[in-house]
Amino acid sequence: MITELGHFALVLAFMAAIIQMIVPMIGAQKRWSGWMAVAEPAATLQLLMTGFAFAALMHAFITSDFSLRVVTLNSHSAKPMLYKISGLWGNHEGSMLLWVLIVALFGAMAAWFGGNLPPTLKARVLSVQAAIGVAFYAFILFTSNPFLRLAVPPFDGEDLNPLLQDPGLAFHPPFLYLGYVGLSMSFSFAVAALIEGRVDAAWARWVRPWTLAAWIFLTIGIALGSWWAYYELGWGGFWFWDPVENASFMPWLLAAALLHSAIVVEKREALKSWTILLAILAFGFSLIGTFIVRSGLLTSVHAFATDPERGVFILIILATFTGGALVLFAARASVMEARGVFGMVSRESALVVNNILLAVSSFVVFFGTLWPIVAEMAFDRKLSVGPPFFNSAFTPFMVLLGLVLPIGAMLPWKRGRLGRTMWSLRYAFALAVALALLVWAMQTGRSALGPVGVFLGAWVVSGAAFDLWSRTGRGGGRPGRLARLPRADWGKAMAHAGLGITIFAIAGLTAWEQEDIRVVQLNEPFEVGAFELTLTGVEQVRGPNYFSTMGTVTLARGGRVLSSLHPEKRTYPVAQMPTTEAAIDNGVTRDVYVVIGDRQDNGGWTVRTYIKPFANWIWGGAILMALGGLMSLSDRRFRVAAGARKGARQTVPAE
Amino acid sequence: MSGVGSAIRWALLALALVLSGPAGAVQPDEILTDPALEARARVISKDLRCLVCRNENIDESNAELARDLRILVRERLVAGDSNEEAVAFIVDRYGEYVLLRPTVTGANWLLWAAGPLMLLMAAAMAWAYLRGRAGAARPQESALTTDEQERLNRILEE
Repeated sequence: MITELGHFALVLAFMAAIIQMIVPMIGAQKRWSGWMAVAEPAATLQLLMTGFAFAALMHAFITSDFSLRVVTLNSHSAKPMLYKISGLWGNHEGSMLLWVLIVALFGAMAAWFGGNLPPTLKARVLSVQAAIGVAFYAFILFTSNPFLRLAVPPFDGEDLNPLLQDPGLAFHPPFLYLGYVGLSMSFSFAVAALIEGRVDAAWARWVRPWTLAAWIFLTIGIALGSWWAYYELGWGGFWFWDPVENASFMPWLLAAALLHSAIVVEKREALKSWTILLAILAFGFSLIGTFIVRSGLLTSVHAFATDPERGVFILIILATFTGGALVLFAARASVMEARGVFGMVSRESALVVNNILLAVSSFVVFFGTLWPIVAEMAFDRKLSVGPPFFNSAFTPFMVLLGLVLPIGAMLPWKRGRLGRTMWSLRYAFALAVALALLVWAMQTGRSALGPVGVFLGAWVVSGAAFDLWSRTGRGGGRPGRLARLPRADWGKAMAHAGLGITIFAIAGLTAWEQEDIRVVQLNEPFEVGAFELTLTGVEQVRGPNYFSTMGTVTLARGGRVLSSLHPEKRTYPVAQMPTTEAAIDNGVTRDVYVVIGDRQDNGGWTVRTYIKPFANWIWGGAILMALGGLMSLSDRRFRVAAGARKGARQTVPAE
Repeated sequence: MSGVGSAIRWALLALALVLSGPAGAVQPDEILTDPALEARARVISKDLRCLVCRNENIDESNAELARDLRILVRERLVAGDSNEEAVAFIVDRYGEYVLLRPTVTGANWLLWAAGPLMLLMAAAMAWAYLRGRAGAARPQESALTTDEQERLNRILEE
């Protein structure tokens, strides 16, 4: 019964979205305020109905209603509650429902909190947002309906993929979708502005928080996925340049570029058409990501037929929205006139350099991801483009970005002097060089990667610190003023420092990782690096829905026992799948990562041990980036409200 | 392999894992006694694709085929092949698809040059734009300076 109500609510939401798409757009064109006002209740209704549909599906998953096809295919009565819930978005149909729920959520937020937007702009934004919703409601209802029943319900479900039964991955998709769909707001604002034919500082002030929020969610989502890969896949890799990862990474890079270019629009009224284009591309890449993941096009070059119907549907959505917006852009971009004037050496130019590096690196990822298909179709070559390509083609852009970031971040607006800014960063530079030399001396005979990573990391982090310090002015009382600096300044410094930490950690981990693979006999200690490990026992353990071979490894250093680790090999009988559960001793400067393998004929066990320096710093840096974004967002909101109220007062008499 | 949890993708991954069985990356019995050769083998393995897996190299893969390839690489190195010869040996048998680092041959130069070319183009466009922005300031400033320049010239001539 609840399922049918949920299904019905979804159809109603579809109807509400259609009305919200058409009526306010006509209203805005004709200046009929009554028609424009339809957008708000329609957006609220749409959210409520979609929310109800989502809750109904959640209910089915929690109560293990195996008469529903998706529940049968992705759940099991013995599964822990957390994974029953996360099973909802661990599959295609359910995750699309989550996607469209977030589209409706963002639309409703714009309707509720957009009171200070000019009425025509608001009506158009909500209309475009509803159009995105309409496309995805149609997609769900016509090709991927989660509410389909089975004629003969089975006794129990087929279980969720065991790799997905993990706390890190349970929350990975919601964050990622909040990010992808958050960019739909920027897209709606961009298209609405093109229709209005006006982009000004106020527009940028409305767009920035949405983009920033989307970027924060994407950062967290990507970090969660990477962290999950690190501890779950059994050898501690954290990034694989897999097409599906690239699908989330490209929008992240473009969103980062958009954040920075929107600053120029807001503060200096320049780079307008570029910012609009970026907003369109960022959401376009989110759609491409969805397409890549759902169609199976890139899962394997030969698996396009996995689900051609869905693939083609998403391709049509992608072509309509991105193509339509780009045509509109081509027709209307010339209306946007830049007003700000600035010199070749200025903060504006530095932000242009930031945008070039981020956009081109995103393009490199895009090109590499699609190249196998292009090569096969156009040149009849079956080839692979894997991590070695991306590592060598992408990394130089990040190195350049890290090099120019501290200087660019401190250049003054309008006109600056390169020498002066660089001089004010002399201590940061000296510190970075000293640390790099120290590291280079300590690790003779190995690659240059470590010292370069240390230099870049120290340069970016200390550059961010100096930037913050330089804002406190001169004379006494500087520490006090530091605490009172605007949150946006702190957010900027934190996010930049986070990037520096992540760059350093990736280089450090890659350069200094140690690995040991051997057959270990019970109670015979062995040494890896500075650590002594002893396998003291292996037991068979039963979990709620799996069987486990669990080893006990004692980790010691210099005779002192640090911890007792329990690496596992699990088998999930329902899904018929083995997984490795690595045991990790987390440390500030290193992780010790232990994996147990097969039993050998001579009675020993295969044990893999990795010492991973600074592994946690990778995600620590990502968290710092996200926190910096949050900090900045909390500052912005006040200023948005303040700035917009002034704007609203001006527009009221004009109406 | 983090990324969005799509049913299709996981179904394929599950399939690959079920087919391959729980073998687990490089096994102790595969490791060569000569550490220099073993180190070379590891380097080569990281650039070769496990053909039945999803975007995994043979060094990390659990599949039987990956194990066979790892052993094959080590056999070639023990037989005295250089790294390039060992890779060429594998490519001859499994095709270009096995290379995770695409070669710079034929149309592939486009792939490798795409980033630098795009960077140059973007830099040129940005340069033109910034010149325009900086130039927009000049009319006001230069109007003043030409005036002053003449006076300055006169003063200097005196």
